Amino acid sequence: MATLTLGKALNEGLRKSLEDDSKVIIMGEDVGRLGGVFRVTDGLQKDFGEDRVIDTPLAESGIIGTAVGLAIRGFRPVCEIQFDGFVFPAFDQIVSQVAKMHYRSAGHVKLPITIRIPYGGGIGAVEHHSESPESYFCHTPGLKVVTCSNPVDAYWMIQQTVANDDPVVFFEPKRRYWDKADVDTVTASRELWDAAVVRSGTDATVITYGPSVKTCLEAAAAAETEGRSLEVVDLRALSPIDWPTVIDSVTKTQHAIVVCEAPTYASLSSEIAARVSEKCFFSLEAPVFRVTGFSTPYPTSRIEEDYLPDLDRILDAVDRSLAY
Amino acid sequence: MSRAPGGGKGAATASALSVQAVQPSEGPELVQLLTPEGERVEHPDYSLDLDEEAYRGLYRDLVMVRRIDTEATALQRQGELGLWASLLGQEAAQVGAGRSLTERDFAFPTYREHGVAYCKGVDPVTLLGLFRGVNQGGWNPRDKGFQLYTIVIGSQTLHATGYAMGIQRDGADGAAMAFFGDGASSQGDVNEAFVWASVFQAPIVFFCQNNQWAISEPLERQSRIPLYQRARGFGFPGVRVDGNDVLAVRAVTEAALERAREGSGPTLIEAFTYRMGPHTTSDDPTRYRLAAELETWKLKDPIERMKAYLSRSGMGNGEFFDQVDKAADELAAHIRAGCLALADPDPITLFDHVYAGGSSLLDEEREQLATYLASFEAAR
Repeated sequence: MATLTLGKALNEGLRKSLEDDSKVIIMGEDVGRLGGVFRVTDGLQKDFGEDRVIDTPLAESGIIGTAVGLAIRGFRPVCEIQFDGFVFPAFDQIVSQVAKMHYRSAGHVKLPITIRIPYGGGIGAVEHHSESPESYFCHTPGLKVVTCSNPVDAYWMIQQTVANDDPVVFFEPKRRYWDKADVDTVTASRELWDAAVVRSGTDATVITYGPSVKTCLEAAAAAETEGRSLEVVDLRALSPIDWPTVIDSVTKTQHAIVVCEAPTYASLSSEIAARVSEKCFFSLEAPVFRVTGFSTPYPTSRIEEDYLPDLDRILDAVDRSLAY
Repeated sequence: MSRAPGGGKGAATASALSVQAVQPSEGPELVQLLTPEGERVEHPDYSLDLDEEAYRGLYRDLVMVRRIDTEATALQRQGELGLWASLLGQEAAQVGAGRSLTERDFAFPTYREHGVAYCKGVDPVTLLGLFRGVNQGGWNPRDKGFQLYTIVIGSQTLHATGYAMGIQRDGADGAAMAFFGDGASSQGDVNEAFVWASVFQAPIVFFCQNNQWAISEPLERQSRIPLYQRARGFGFPGVRVDGNDVLAVRAVTEAALERAREGSGPTLIEAFTYRMGPHTTSDDPTRYRLAAELETWKLKDPIERMKAYLSRSGMGNGEFFDQVDKAADELAAHIRAGCLALADPDPITLFDHVYAGGSSLLDEEREQLATYLASFEAAR
């Protein structure tokens, strides 16, 4: 057991992956000597060398495109995209090449590539540094998408992702990098693809992931003082989603609220709302409500708190659902 | 002088905006070992000394590769292929490069490298699945060191660069070769590949077949300088070779591969050639280029010049040429039979191989489609 921040848990997890498999390499901008702008790869180049922890040229398509070639050669690349808003120069390589290679090759070419992306807002950053682009990747067949919400999951999920034979986009909740928890470094918490009921309740289910999990747990604690019992489901895997866990919970509580930072329209939250409506049709006492970022570009930092889902907006949705 | 849209603010401005011709093809910078007339010439930097059998082998390769192409074009015209990307005119570029590659080396093709595939030992029938629509390639690239065809322009140059970095990390002997065209030279990925290969000194050869046309756009729309000169700006050598001269291409490519394998980094080869056919069978080049241009390039035909060289030197005679033609006909028959035997896949297989580790979502969708399809069977 060790007390680790989420960022340090990722660092320790990556260290373990590098130790366990000599084919694992880390590549990205500033991941080597600097240890990453968030220090997630701190110290790894020093211990594993420049050939395995590679400071790359400043070109995101190049990072992913060369990772494809390295994977064909038998390596297991872990690519860092420095910020969410910088993934788009690599979008073509991710969507057209990484996602499709196994399919096009009829299973002959595996691309065990991990694409790490710090995402989400709440750190007072300038534009392109606070976005939540997960829906684009969930929409792309051939990719798997996961996100952690706490240090325990960070430590284990990054290792499970790196060891996975499919390409996985690994979203890191950057404003939670400094959250601390005791991490059991001996036994994994659960399978990579399983959702977790992180708080049990009976009145409504809050379905969430990544940075919003903590906000939802705080909302559930506040609701309890008003005599309301909220169940919080941390999806962890965003593609594919562990539907049985979600459906079991909503069937029980008969109310569902989806919470995330990404804009609502045509998004992962849309998919969750549609799927829950279809699968829990006879159980639901209210429509599925969504508390998300608005359908605007990510706003300027002085007003980002008004954009991000917070306790009040979540509890307002709970009120509307229960009063329906 | 042609003017760009909105030009004409003054002579200087109009000149700056207009499309200017790049340097002409002939000149001291073009490496050539065999003239269009089939005359053997020497070059100060590049030489090739093969035995007679090897020279005859190159001729045979050229004929076989052209036969693959004409047979596939015929199959498309007869409705057996949905599309075909012809390499007509580029046989020497591809055979020269393809025969330089050894088992240690890995080729990253576009969708037109049928000749390289042939030299790498890939059965031409394997290439047809994609164009017939029964698969999306589906071969194992590791079998022959020949990656799947890449249709998005330029993407494979980064894959090749990454593969070369892998060779480096394995401490292995070998090189990667990235194939692309003049149009691709404008792509960001190609330029990123140049940067990466250069700073990591990766064992890679960038083999650009400049066939003068990117569908309808002439080279002048991609570059104001000869493409091979771009390499200098990225920090590695570039060389322009007569792409219709199989001997020169082979000499230049072998030297570049050797340079890569010994750890001296990348080389850009610009094989100066011409796309004699349409971009694909869906294209109509009469809309954008003159027939006279085609006639000029017919005089530089890669097969005719090699045939003339063999005849003149006594290495090939009528009997040999007849044997080669017969072998080409046999290959064509094999391709035709193989193509017709490529059956449509079972619809339910569309879910196969999306993921190495499967997916609960796809399991559900597969079951839904199976149930739906079975409902028609039940209704019979």
